[in-house]
Formats: sequence, structure tokens, C-alpha cells
Amino acid sequence: MKTFTYLVPKTLDEAVSMFESHGERAMYVAGGTDVVVKAKQGKIAPDYLISLKHVKGQDQLEVKPDTNELIIGALVTHRTLETSKLIRKQYPIIHDAVQHIGSTQIRNVATIGGNLVNAVPSADGAIPLIAQDAVAKIYGPNGEKEVDLIHFFEGPGQTVLEPGEILKEIVIPAQTSHTGGAYKKVGRRAAMELPLIGIGVVLVLDPATSICQKARICLGVAAPTPLRTLSAERFLTGKMLDEEVLTEAGNMAAEESRVRDSIRGQAWYRREMVSVFVRRMGMRCLERIKEKYYGG
Amino acid sequence: MSTEIRFILNGNEIQMQVEDHWTLLHLLREVIGLSGTKEGCGSGECGACTVIVDGQAINSCLYLAPEINDRELLTIEGLAAADGTLHPLQQSFVENGGIQCGFCSPGMIMSSKALLYENPAPTVDDIKHALAGNLCRCTGYTQIFDSVQAATEKALGDVTVVAWKNGAQK
Repeated sequence: MKTFTYLVPKTLDEAVSMFESHGERAMYVAGGTDVVVKAKQGKIAPDYLISLKHVKGQDQLEVKPDTNELIIGALVTHRTLETSKLIRKQYPIIHDAVQHIGSTQIRNVATIGGNLVNAVPSADGAIPLIAQDAVAKIYGPNGEKEVDLIHFFEGPGQTVLEPGEILKEIVIPAQTSHTGGAYKKVGRRAAMELPLIGIGVVLVLDPATSICQKARICLGVAAPTPLRTLSAERFLTGKMLDEEVLTEAGNMAAEESRVRDSIRGQAWYRREMVSVFVRRMGMRCLERIKEKYYGG
Repeated sequence: MSTEIRFILNGNEIQMQVEDHWTLLHLLREVIGLSGTKEGCGSGECGACTVIVDGQAINSCLYLAPEINDRELLTIEGLAAADGTLHPLQQSFVENGGIQCGFCSPGMIMSSKALLYENPAPTVDDIKHALAGNLCRCTGYTQIFDSVQAATEKALGDVTVVAWKNGAQK
């Protein structure tokens, strides 16, 4: 590996000013499980690696008492999300996704922020967050800004982050009653595998009538960036949900997906899987709502 | 650039200079001379380089050496007793055919050890989930899962297998 200087700022301001002094020769690093691989392979060759690992407060994971928003600091590891009781109980769709990212060794180190900033089309981490209307908070030389996570991605490996900007945290809006979510990574094996396709579904039902008030269907690897299938979402909204309705939504989502052939799988198969797993994840959402709000 | 770091390696406090671009694996094998930790793929896919940092299994090939500062590191060399008596997990791998060529064994055993810190009585599925990042090309894995389970059963109640040091992480 080429030599570099490892800088360890303690605050975001310090990190940003380090970046500004070194410009293009510098790069931020979080857990490092991708950056170190790329540096070893010579795909990147920074002179300065600015670690965000020791910036205070970047690893918070909590529901804000005043707003009920879920705050996920960018430096929260996948393992922290995987083992968090809060996530498992209140946000199981996130648990569904993070438990199969990489391996235990990777999840212990790799961060959700790093996963998002990498913006690979196959990143599992983004889909459940987008399905819950997550917002990305960004800090940089020009202060703070925020963007809906769905608009954070511009293409493979490309995000809205300008040079020097740091993804600070992810905010998930307060969860309304009768919300259920579920995520499925479709792949050849569970671990150490990038998904052939990733499917996240979130459904919100009217507590009185059980009619679907809001639906989110978000797909990974179905396009160069995470994709919401808006027609299928609209189709579900206002309906009484059952397997038949969800089957139809699955077919619509498959039509809306922009899957392609790749070394890991072919487009037709991916399309089929979207159709099947939108239905199954939709059903799992309904089961989870039933368990949580109607005591099974 | 080099950085001065202090850390605990298998119970011994160490203070030394490391180059910023060294991986922890490089530091262990090439600088300190502990070659029990193996390099397989060098890119976080195979788990042969697994060590335990503050109670958690990590791939030392992707972990930058400066990051070990102020942390506690356990490698395969830290498991056996001073008189050479094998750790119960090591003994169980020997007895249950969990070792064939041996190249994956240090990583397998360290991942198993980290699992037992968190979960002293894992199911087979727990073991599979914990070892999913460790590849073995010889055993077909069954004997490895058997080895971990046998060690667990034998040692339930034997705190030497599961205890993490004071200030336990998990």
C-alpha cells in the first residue's frame, strides 16, 4: 500500500479544515473496510486519510425524545445496528438488512455512513432507510445542509456530497402507529455477498380501518441508484391490503424496475424476484403490524 | 508518517512507532513477528486474518495500525496458557477435526472466541452466522461448527472460555 498520513480530527470542524488544507490529496475515511481495499489495489492513492472515527458524537443511535425521530450517526457500525434492541424492535426493516451485510468482522468496523457515501448500486444499507423516508444531514465547509436520502445518490459511486463535505447523520422521521417494514436481500448466499436485488417495503395502515395510508417500495440494484417504484406505491395507497393486492403491486414494481444483466444475475430473474419479494415483504409488513399493534 | 501508539497485545502493554499506512496484520506478522494470524485474501473476504479488538472480531488486513492505539488486541497467540496448554476452543478444534490444513484455523478460532464473549451458549445457526466471514476450503465446515459447539457444551460454566477481561465490551 502506498504511504499516507493518517489524520485523526476530534471535531467535524477540525476534519473539514484538514480537508481544506490538503484538498484533493486528502480523503475522508470511516471504518475503512472499503477505503483500505481500494488503497491496497491502487484504485485510490490519497496522501492524507482523514479518519472520522474519533469525531465526537458521530456514533449516536437514539430516538430523540422531543421529536421521536431516529438519529443514526454516520459512524454507527452495522454491527451496532444489528445488535441494537431499539432497531430490532422498532425498526426491524433495518435489522433485516444490516444482519447480512458483509461478515461479523466487517460489520464490527464498517459504518452506515461509509456504506451510503460509497453509493454502490448494491449497497444494502440505503434501501430500508429510504423506505422510511430518511433524511441525510451533511456538514461541510459551507455549514450544514440536508437532503432526502433518495436524492443523496447521483449514480454509481456518486453522491451529492461536494468536496470536503461529510455525511453527518441519518434522520428517520417519527414513526406513526401501525407502521410495518421488511427488507429482503436476494442473493446466492446470505453472507459476504452483494445482493442480486434488494427489496424494502414499508406500509402504514389506518389504525381504525386498516386501509393503507402510505406505502414505500424501495429497490436496490434495480437501477444505478436506489429506486422507489412510485406507481406500485400509489396503487397500494387507499386500498385494503391482502396477498392479491400485494401480488399486483409486486408485478407493477417489477415493471417499474430498471434491472439489467450482470455477472451476478440476469435482468429477467431480477424482475421475477422483485415481483415475488415485494409481495412477500408486503405480507411480512402486515404480519409485523399485526404482532406489534394487535398482539399477534 | 509514523505515529506513536500504545495498546495491549495478548495481555502485554506495548508502546511503539507504527507507520500510518501499515495494516494491523502487517504490524503483527512483519513487525512484531506474531505469524499465527494469517493473510488469505487481504481484502476482507476470507477471515484468515481475524483478531479480536476490544472484544470484537475484526479483519486485521483492513484495519489500520494507528487505530489500535488505546485498544486491547487478542490474537491466536494469546489463547493458550503460558505452559502451552491449549485453550478449550483450540483443544476442541483438535479433537473434533476442525483443523485440516490449518490455514483458516486461527481466524476461525478467533471468530468463535468473539462469538462466545457475546453469546456463551450459541445455537448452530448462531455459530454459522458468526463464522460466515471465515472461509475454509478443507473441512466443509461441519467439523468446525461441531468443534465450537463441543467447546461450548464442555465449557458452559467454565469461565475461562467466555470471560472477557475487566472492562468487558460485551
